[in-house]
Amino acid sequence: MTRHVLPGFRLSAGYTLAVLGSCVLLPLAALLWTACELGPAGWWAQVGTRRVLASLRLSFGAALLAATIDVLLGLLVAWVLVRYRFAFRRVCDALVDLPFALPTAVAGIALTALYAPNGWLGSRLAPLGIDVAYTRLGVLLAMVFVGLPFVVRTLQPVLESMESDLEEAAYTLGASPLQRFFRVVLPPLLPTLLTGYALALARAIGEYGSVVFISGNRLFRTEIAPYLIVQKIDSQYDYRGAAALGAVMLAASLMLLVAMAWLQRWTRRWAVLR
Amino acid sequence: MMSAVAATVSIGGRPSWSTRVARTSLVFAALMVLVWLLVLPLIAIFAEAFRQGAAFFWAAIRQPDSIAAVRLTLTVAAIAVPLNLVFGLAAAWVMTHFAFRGKALLGALIDLPFSVSPVVAGMMLILVYGKYGWLGAWLEAHGMQVIFALPGLVLATVFVTLPFVARELIPLMQSQGSEQEEAALTLGAGGWQIFFRVTLPRVRWALLYGVLLCNARAMGEFGAVYVVSGHLRGLTNTLPLQVDQLYDENFSAAFAVASLLALLTVLTLGIKRLLEWRHGGELRRQY
Repeated sequence: MTRHVLPGFRLSAGYTLAVLGSCVLLPLAALLWTACELGPAGWWAQVGTRRVLASLRLSFGAALLAATIDVLLGLLVAWVLVRYRFAFRRVCDALVDLPFALPTAVAGIALTALYAPNGWLGSRLAPLGIDVAYTRLGVLLAMVFVGLPFVVRTLQPVLESMESDLEEAAYTLGASPLQRFFRVVLPPLLPTLLTGYALALARAIGEYGSVVFISGNRLFRTEIAPYLIVQKIDSQYDYRGAAALGAVMLAASLMLLVAMAWLQRWTRRWAVLR
Repeated sequence: MMSAVAATVSIGGRPSWSTRVARTSLVFAALMVLVWLLVLPLIAIFAEAFRQGAAFFWAAIRQPDSIAAVRLTLTVAAIAVPLNLVFGLAAAWVMTHFAFRGKALLGALIDLPFSVSPVVAGMMLILVYGKYGWLGAWLEAHGMQVIFALPGLVLATVFVTLPFVARELIPLMQSQGSEQEEAALTLGAGGWQIFFRVTLPRVRWALLYGVLLCNARAMGEFGAVYVVSGHLRGLTNTLPLQVDQLYDENFSAAFAVASLLALLTVLTLGIKRLLEWRHGGELRRQY
């Protein structure tokens, strides 16, 4: 055994492992065990139904799209917050954290109230033939809401540290603003943008509270996968079905976690090269 | 930070008319995004809460079920947040002062809860602590109920907030190194003395920052808590669950209760900003 200089290794390691064990490791093992017990055929019997597949398609499809929108909007917001000085900039900057800090259920009912057919925005969009509440568009909107700060907050420090000498050089060589943006600014931001994308995606896939109110949970149409897990547990007491679906969600988040670790290494290497 | 702005000015003298138009329209577009996506929902909460007047608002908040929900939320946070505070300190102590096998794995495990869907987290807890779970029979034989009761709510809350304090402390303590602690040791200080007189004062602001975020999430968690609570009115309903239940019955009352949580959010963000402004160098901005 290694000898440690400072005291307290056993106590702190013991407490850490006790909490991790009871809250994280044991539950994880239980989920994997239940999912493995089903076997591939049993698993597919639970996950392969029309209802579950529709929910998975919606959850992953909408999350992919929402994270893409978040990257575009987040780049705009981060760029403006870092590069320009304007009134209420600090307030705007603080506001970006709102989706992190606002309880998801509160965000969910607020969005629903806004976009319901009689809401402030819903009543104005309805004449144009756009229904947001209780449609897939609503699911997308809620996911864009929860994901936005991830992109802005990962981009901000990188944008702040970016030297402008390359931009200046491009300017003196006659590059247009668009050329400067797409050829000079954007390429070094790419790993950071991807990290923000992955973070927003992970959050959107697993999100429950913000989405279930505005989605309306219509069969085959606006049911997200986390909602089906809750349904299976809450009203059908179908723990195996829930575990089968939960295993899919868990696998997706673990894959994203690995992708993010890989991205981080890439970002660091990029930073060294620059 | 200002270099880009300065650059344009230094190259071309005054920024050209087209540059200024482009800049103004970008700022305007970003403001529109923020107002549309963030400000409007926040305003909507308070507007709906007071739609039927202040008297109705107070009545909704002061009805027994809402008060029970406030009390339960405070109780859960009062147990879960200190648990995580100690966890964060212990984990950071282990991760930064010792070399041991499996350290990278431990670090990954500490971060894991943030990438698991809260609903999946709640379900995993049921698989262990529920009636038909691994420990269900044993717990029942010993007269303990975890799921659909306070311990389950605490476990779910601890799970979703687990990384907040640890993530804040580990990078800071890593950058500070172990020299000062080791110096104290050679001067004859005991373990607790080192911790309270050397380590803790140096990380206090980061600790406060982590606790602040941990608390906000603990009081506002919905998905994980929803699954394990059974939402028994007046018994296992925390504030967010109460909002959910009221939403189907009494729209304005739901928003009245929700406005309490929104107020907590605004307060949290304010303190967070203050801490970042005063002690930004020691903090790792989190989400």
